[in-house]
Amino acid sequence: MSKVIACIDGSQVAMDVCDAAAWASLKMRAPLDLLHVLDKDEYPKADKQSDLSGNIGLGSREHLLEELTELDARRSKLALEHGKLMLEDARQRVEADGAEAVTTHQRHGSLLETLQEAQQDMRLLVMGRQGEAHDNQAHSLGSHLENVVRAMDKPIMVVVPGFKAPSRFMFAYDGSKTAQKALDKLAQSPLLKGLECHLVMVADEDDKHLSDLNSAEDRLKAAGYQVKATLKQGDVQPVLSAYQQQQGIDLLVMGAYGHSRIRQFLVGSNTAKMVRLSDVSMLLLR
Amino acid sequence: MFQNWRNDWFSNVRGDLLAGTVVALALIPEAIAFSIIAGVDPKVGLYASFCIAVIIAFTGGRPGMISAATGAMALLMVTLVKEHGLEYLLAATLLTGVLQIGAGYFKLGDLMRFVSRSVVTGFVNALAILIFMAQLPELTNVTWHVYAMTAAGLGIIYLFPLLPRIGKVIPSPLVTIILMTLVAMALQLDIRTVGDMGELPDTLPIFLWPDVPLNFETLAIIFPYSIGLAVVGLLESMMTATIIDDLTDTGSDKNRECKGQGIANIGAGLFGGMAGCAMIGQSVINVKSGGRGRLSTFVAGLFLIVMVVFLDDWIKQIPMAALVAVMIMVSIGTFSWDSLRDMKKHPLSTNVVMVSTVVVVVATHNLAIGVFVGVLLASLFFANKVGHFLIIKSEANEQETERSYRIVGQVFFASSDKFTAAFDFKEALDKVTIDLSQAHFWDITSVTALDKVVIKFRREGTEVELIGMNEASATIVDRFGVHDKPEEVEKILAGH
Repeated sequence: MSKVIACIDGSQVAMDVCDAAAWASLKMRAPLDLLHVLDKDEYPKADKQSDLSGNIGLGSREHLLEELTELDARRSKLALEHGKLMLEDARQRVEADGAEAVTTHQRHGSLLETLQEAQQDMRLLVMGRQGEAHDNQAHSLGSHLENVVRAMDKPIMVVVPGFKAPSRFMFAYDGSKTAQKALDKLAQSPLLKGLECHLVMVADEDDKHLSDLNSAEDRLKAAGYQVKATLKQGDVQPVLSAYQQQQGIDLLVMGAYGHSRIRQFLVGSNTAKMVRLSDVSMLLLR
Repeated sequence: MFQNWRNDWFSNVRGDLLAGTVVALALIPEAIAFSIIAGVDPKVGLYASFCIAVIIAFTGGRPGMISAATGAMALLMVTLVKEHGLEYLLAATLLTGVLQIGAGYFKLGDLMRFVSRSVVTGFVNALAILIFMAQLPELTNVTWHVYAMTAAGLGIIYLFPLLPRIGKVIPSPLVTIILMTLVAMALQLDIRTVGDMGELPDTLPIFLWPDVPLNFETLAIIFPYSIGLAVVGLLESMMTATIIDDLTDTGSDKNRECKGQGIANIGAGLFGGMAGCAMIGQSVINVKSGGRGRLSTFVAGLFLIVMVVFLDDWIKQIPMAALVAVMIMVSIGTFSWDSLRDMKKHPLSTNVVMVSTVVVVVATHNLAIGVFVGVLLASLFFANKVGHFLIIKSEANEQETERSYRIVGQVFFASSDKFTAAFDFKEALDKVTIDLSQAHFWDITSVTALDKVVIKFRREGTEVELIGMNEASATIVDRFGVHDKPEEVEKILAGH
């Protein structure tokens, strides 16, 4: 059975992630799995007394192995304990939110690998925009987010602090292949049914764009959404942000990373900009 | 990809810089000592250590591992240098690199799985003994001063780290070398110094093509040496990589390491250095000092050449006795002392493999031959053990006119005699049934043995029926289990 998987860590946004995941699991009637990944590279580095004596004596190699194993064991045990507590907190939070069929689990390894393995029975991934390491930087992107989004082919909900159950969402549409796929997904998904839909396209006002917009609007209407379609001009990110504030949008939906990393490096990526600067949570559709 | 790259290089900058420096200080005496073992000027080993460390930092498959000029390789080139000179050594170094790159592309790194743990231990112990033995010429026919200085050096190396505070901050081998040099200079002792051993570098290495005729004769001279160097270099590098993997609980790319070693050796050969490989002792020192990333290896190489070029007047004054003390430390640290203690616990066959590897290496001064013998012995012991997994049961019918044999287990070259001997040809029977459905025939020897059994029975006038021959012989196919899915293998092995 495919599940909603929520990535839990010790960051401030974790509780918002719980809320969002509980909301999504209720809407989609899917079981919820709270996941905490123990990534060795992310633990606080142990304060090993640095030994620069540069000599090796009787059984140095064996002693060193023992010493390093001991250090790692202590670190891992702490992290394991800590993770269990976090998962327990998260479980209480989602159960208070009304979610049913909640499971929790911990895995060793890197976040990306773990999620790739879990992808098969994943329906929606919920994660915070930034983890513990970036807690105090308002608009920075967590180190994992882009890698994860690019590696997944499942929808991903990126949660920012202050999540509340959304009542109207904005779908950023540009007529591209990625957006078209996102549109299909949106039409089929039960997640956002019943919410007010704002279909926004940022492009020059010409016949092609208007017809694109109209067909998208029809598609969504046919799927049972209440749609308000708009065509706006200007730079993508500021226009969308302004619209979001004016209309009191509380969830942003878009296709993500339609272009390669090389293109992104050269001309920049709208997805990256939106994800970094958005004030509301986002649903990224691959 | 970019993230990996950054992680390999810059995830541990402070630790890598400090550890790289410590390793560079320890590399200088070793590089000089190994050049002397090989019979070339110290600069050949120092240039090699610089080139190999810097290149392998980029091309290697095991971040945090230190490669440079090594004793294992130096021992293999002694006769080449003696008979043909330095230029042929450089050419052999280039060829070694090419062979190692080839090994990387043919994924020979995977062959390491055939080298058992006891062979690895034997290799390491043999290496330690060879390094120690290479110091003996410096300790024979010398005045008492040399013995006193070596003993004092060892004392400083092992006691200095016990001092509070500074003990763990200043590398004790460095303290030994500085103090011994000062003492020798102050007392104006007439003992051998590094300067007596040959030329030291005074510039950065320069590019030069080895001055040898490019013909078949040259190839015939260098090829045997290059093969040995390539094999030993890869063996020691793979073993060291495994040790570092264990110590740091991270993985490494063995085939990339093979190619990396090859490129590094080509680089060394083109800049006037001798062939080298990964160093067990130095890599352990690196990890112990906090080095983890590629930066540590890079810093070690770079710092080494900078110090050597600027301090060459001082390095000349280092007494050989101080170097000998450092090298004795290296050999003590490389030796696996636990293996001696474990000999009581381990089975005899394991100990025989380990000890034979050591004995063969010490006798031939060639680690490749030792490993070959070790692997061969280990395989034979294994074949012998698995050969015991063969049970043959039989029962006759009531009139004792028919008998059925049931074979369970592994039939191959080592157990086919046992297989043949289990049949009683003297018994007068009308019919014999041989049930093979729970046996596995691994090679042609076993099939031949079965044929013999059938023929013998028929000659006695007994009719023979075989059951389950097809299933039993499914394992003979050479590519058995290579492409089949695990379920399929399981089906065949689980008694059809």
